[in-house]
Amino acid sequence: MSLITTLARLEACRTGRAQPAATVRHRHLSERPLVFVPLTTAGEAGAPLGALVGTDRYAPRLLAVPQPRDRDLRFTFLAELADVVLPYLDAYTEDVEAAERNETDPETGKRVKVEVELCADAPQLIVPSRAGVDFVRLLGRSMRFRRTAEQDPEAPYPAPPRVPLLGRWLTHFGERARVPGSSLLPAMTDLLARHWATGQSTLEDQHLGALLAWIDPPDGSTGAEAALHAELARDPEGQLMCPPAGPATDPAFDNKLLAPAIERYDRARTALATAEDGPEADDRLGELTAAEREIRELVLSRTLPTWEKVWQGLDLLRALPDGAHVEERWTRDRWSFTAHRDRIVAGEPPQPRRDDAVTAANKLAAREREQARLEAQEALDDPLVMAGRRLSGEAFAGEVTDVVMAYSESKRPSPRPLVTVRTEDRPHLGERVRVYRSLGGKPQAAEFVGWEAEDLLVLRVVDKMGRGKEPEAGSVPEKGDQLCFTLFEHEQRGGPKLPDPQETPWTHGGPPGEAAAEAADPLTSEDVL
Amino acid sequence: MTSAFDPGALAAEATDAILRDTLHGTHRGVVVDSPPGAGKSTLVVRAALELADAGRPLMIVAQTNAQVDDLVLRLAEKNRELAVGRLHSSDTDPYDKALDDLPNVRKSAKAGDLTGLSVVISTAAKWAHVKVDEPWRHAIVDEAYQMRSDALLAVAGLFERALFVGDPGQLDPFSIVGSEQWAGLSYDPSASAVTTLLAHNPELPQHRLPVSWRLPASAAPLVSDAFYPYTPFRSGTGHGDRRLAFAVPSDGSGPDRVIDEAAEWGWGLLELPARHTPRTDPEAVRAVATVVRRLVDRGGAATSERAPEEPLPLTPDRIAVGTAHRDQAAAVRAALAELGVTDVTVDTANRLQGREYDVTVILHPLSGRPDATAFHLETGRLCVLTSRHRHACIVVCRAGVSELLDDYPSTEPVQLGTLVKFPDGWEANQAVLARLAEHRVSRQP
Amino acid sequence: MPLPRTRGKALRQRLAELRGPDLPAKALDARALAALAANPGCKRRAILDGAGVNKAAVASALGSPSAFGQSQFAFTRGNAFEAKVKADGGAELLRLVHEKLDRRAEPPADAQVPDLAATGPEGRAARTALALREATAAAGTWTLLDHPMLALDVAGSPAFLEPDAVVVHPDGSWTVVEIKSFPMLDGSADPAKVGAAARQAAVYVLALEEVAARLDPAPAVRHRILLVCPKDFSNLPTASAVDVRKQRAVTGRQLARLTRIEDIADTLPEGTCFSPELPSDELTSAVESVPAAFAPECLSACELAFHCRDRSRAAGAVTSLGRSVRAELGGLTTVEDVLSAARGEAGDPEDPAVTALRRAARLRAEALQNRGPLATVDATTGGGRS
Repeated sequence: MSLITTLARLEACRTGRAQPAATVRHRHLSERPLVFVPLTTAGEAGAPLGALVGTDRYAPRLLAVPQPRDRDLRFTFLAELADVVLPYLDAYTEDVEAAERNETDPETGKRVKVEVELCADAPQLIVPSRAGVDFVRLLGRSMRFRRTAEQDPEAPYPAPPRVPLLGRWLTHFGERARVPGSSLLPAMTDLLARHWATGQSTLEDQHLGALLAWIDPPDGSTGAEAALHAELARDPEGQLMCPPAGPATDPAFDNKLLAPAIERYDRARTALATAEDGPEADDRLGELTAAEREIRELVLSRTLPTWEKVWQGLDLLRALPDGAHVEERWTRDRWSFTAHRDRIVAGEPPQPRRDDAVTAANKLAAREREQARLEAQEALDDPLVMAGRRLSGEAFAGEVTDVVMAYSESKRPSPRPLVTVRTEDRPHLGERVRVYRSLGGKPQAAEFVGWEAEDLLVLRVVDKMGRGKEPEAGSVPEKGDQLCFTLFEHEQRGGPKLPDPQETPWTHGGPPGEAAAEAADPLTSEDVL
Repeated sequence: MTSAFDPGALAAEATDAILRDTLHGTHRGVVVDSPPGAGKSTLVVRAALELADAGRPLMIVAQTNAQVDDLVLRLAEKNRELAVGRLHSSDTDPYDKALDDLPNVRKSAKAGDLTGLSVVISTAAKWAHVKVDEPWRHAIVDEAYQMRSDALLAVAGLFERALFVGDPGQLDPFSIVGSEQWAGLSYDPSASAVTTLLAHNPELPQHRLPVSWRLPASAAPLVSDAFYPYTPFRSGTGHGDRRLAFAVPSDGSGPDRVIDEAAEWGWGLLELPARHTPRTDPEAVRAVATVVRRLVDRGGAATSERAPEEPLPLTPDRIAVGTAHRDQAAAVRAALAELGVTDVTVDTANRLQGREYDVTVILHPLSGRPDATAFHLETGRLCVLTSRHRHACIVVCRAGVSELLDDYPSTEPVQLGTLVKFPDGWEANQAVLARLAEHRVSRQP
Repeated sequence: MPLPRTRGKALRQRLAELRGPDLPAKALDARALAALAANPGCKRRAILDGAGVNKAAVASALGSPSAFGQSQFAFTRGNAFEAKVKADGGAELLRLVHEKLDRRAEPPADAQVPDLAATGPEGRAARTALALREATAAAGTWTLLDHPMLALDVAGSPAFLEPDAVVVHPDGSWTVVEIKSFPMLDGSADPAKVGAAARQAAVYVLALEEVAARLDPAPAVRHRILLVCPKDFSNLPTASAVDVRKQRAVTGRQLARLTRIEDIADTLPEGTCFSPELPSDELTSAVESVPAAFAPECLSACELAFHCRDRSRAAGAVTSLGRSVRAELGGLTTVEDVLSAARGEAGDPEDPAVTALRRAARLRAEALQNRGPLATVDATTGGGRS
């Protein structure tokens, strides 16, 4: 944690309110996000209990599984979820714009520009917490290898038609969420913690209720008090006043409320199955419906507070101005979304269980690039972030006190002006270290020449001054300019092209062979948990 | 030589076996573990020359440009006729200017310009961009334990077979983003190249250089026990072979006493009073600088097996200061400049990897810290810092590190299927501290 | 770890007094022992655990009850899974041990499953020791010990531990088996949970080593344990070998260090007692008489954490924001010290921590006041800033 963040946290402790950790918003927010607040059953890997989901703050769709151990009921839940999520995604697949992409021509091996479609906007799924992101990933994994009756008439317990497709999309969102700076599937706690520093630890910031309490405490209460209340306060029945943001539920809720309700549901179902005549069945159906309604209400009671908090968080975030590079990163999310759309349209199989060597290496390299890009862009977009980089010696700001024209020693001399900057910062500069400033949105490089005094340093500008002997107007700093140089690069170079997976070298196990279609998870009779 | 074993013969035997497997073996790869100062560079140069002699086109992969240039110079030193290609990047100053004086070294940013040369050397990063129709018959991958698996993936298509050489005890490669999702996979891209290689090719011959020529007899057992518990090595020299003497007698101060202690025993600990400090603890930094200044001032002379009759002066370029963090190195440099000391190397553990000095002065990574972290406990960091010297290592540290280690919470997550890295940083730190405690000199401010 | 006899006895007496008259010592289970390594710098936790104080009861009596609980769904599922793994004479479990740890041995058939029933923990531990001896002697056979009982010396008193299972291999070596109900999904599992399971298994390994040491020749206790979990989304068992050498070393050291509780006890005023039945102010001052080392990680590892957090926050300790916060603050430990140093009102200007804080404060204030674009971002890309 940088000292600047530490100071913000301590200031939050002192004032009882969260302090800004950013002056702009560093993540894209959709105008129409899909909020997803899931709950799961304790001790079970793939047994959702219910969810609130939707794009309308005032009309969420409630989904509940009255008996999570029942496979049919789970499938019903997943089918309903697909009914909400897939149309939302579909709406973004159709509206496209023309774009260009560099591709390697398979015949000539040259890089050529290809005209392709790019979705004009992309969907955004928002979950309350990081555990929610993991749960989306888990749901995706549990669904994408399922077979529908249409795919495989022999499949035992066929999945409802659109469930495998939903699994593939959720898997894609879950995987994209691992890319630094991406916004297809953000967790509200991460979004808030990026922009505010609270007076509690980052560990405690994982609690959405407590985090929001610090940022936006109710009237008459400090953030610390409100956070404590959100974390611990219980009603006379022993239930948390602010239920956990899920997907895990509070054990007291499970034991005192949910378990008896599920038991009543089971009893009603057994009773209905053994009903002997029509009127009796009608009565018992009524009881079953009542039991089911009770569980739905329980699920609603645990998800609605979180649902409201996610939207409250969105309000807070929307009040921040956009960071300048947010749009550019969102465009990358749009590319990612479009690419997955294309894979599905092309009939490609679902994502494999585990990445092959080449895919894993490509993903790691891409994420490292995105991490470096994110760090550079956030600093360029936000003086508070840049302040942290200046403090750590990775950047410096100051006033130009002198500019001396000089030229390179070559047949066609190019301008290499010497610029003296006065700064109170303490950058880690060594001989000929390169520094960069932003000029018209592009980085201009300079070399460190030396310190002239304790607060005076000399740089030699080396590029972006045009082709002529004399630099283009406005391309050389002028005396009196306030400038900020960074020791880190502003843009990321692409990495080397890795071999095709079919060309995996012997050091990494050799070619994986013919890609066998991933088998569905085995279904056993015990799978009815 | 007082010991019963003949280190020279032992090392020669190991080298012969390695070269036999490399030149005449049937396996596609050979792995060599080389502890600090065991003659890794000598081995690489020798293997390169023999492969070239055998008429096998060879590519060499190193990890940094400095390592590449160093290898080129060493090759040229051994055989000025050898046609060597230095493949470099298109950045400014891509290689050491000293290479320009070597007539048989051709330099280019394009691999195509270097075809037909006996040996072509470059960094892994540059090789990754090279495309070939016909792979090289042979490759040597240097510092293979510091190379990431994904970097090997990018270059492995360029060669048919390879000799992998490196030091498993130094700093592991790392990634700046999480890579947990691939933990446990044999080809985890963030693992070391050797880990992946051996996971897929467990039958490859694995060798070990058994003798450290750098570390003195006082240091090899500790470094071996603490950092290489399952692959021990010995010092190539005996206790009487290395001597460090000073013309100017001690003035009785802490720095002088610790210098004398280290001169006699190979280790010295200058302990400052316990206190929590920021990383650039001014007292500790000043203590490091003072020790260095006194090392220079007192007219040190180092006697070693290289010149048993004639002690060599301990000049500033034979002294290095090692720290954990860059800001600490910067603070020490500033303090040294104030004391008028120049030409002493001051760097972080990462940058000191592979380097060698007569005397090193180390600011202990845990000195003054309120908490230990995984970074500071990393085995490789301490291993690098305590294994750069030929004569003596002086550690500057605040008291209380032992308690800090005792209080270290250990609740590490465990990934299924991953190899447990040994030794544990905690254990290694305790072992080193226990030894240093025997050579403690306290300094009151 | 065993203490000299007289010293051990005196310590036991002293710890019983600290616990409170007539209160039985809370039995330390493997989870509690493994948790010793979670915050070994905390003297409060060391003395309370060492004395067998019921920390949950103390926390409730102090008005900051702990928030640990288990859902009955998880509990039911865990039990059902364990029963399934051990069904049929442990055939599936033994098959997994053979496959993952000992493929060179004969596949298990006709494995022995001795009856370990006996009265009281001492009796059960003795019965287990006997069964282990017999199984080790019976070379060439597989033996499954279902819920054996092991005794481990903890600061002079025996702690009784009950692993899910111990398997004796045909070569006479012993393996600890941990059965957990979190899933192994495509071969990987939640690393935090696997870590906790490994630490717990390491305690069993240590206890088994005590038993083994009493046999001649001492059989090998394997340092790779078997972790059995449900596979993917099913309740079919799958397993993975886990190397617990590190965890074993850590827990061994922490157990050895538990003897320092005598030193801690010596610093306490005469008559100090941690009984939850004491009036709350007396209990509070007793608890406060031992220093704690609170860090946010305690919240998931110690029953007393909410109490300690309140105290830590009230004292303005910066570590309540996380251990790492202190790293750059040098000797400054409270919120007010740090802030006043940053404001230039206090602190030694020669101290680099103070210098850095002042620079940080200045840079932060500048960035917040002047939210207009810095020169790095020009007008075309700096939109939305001012």
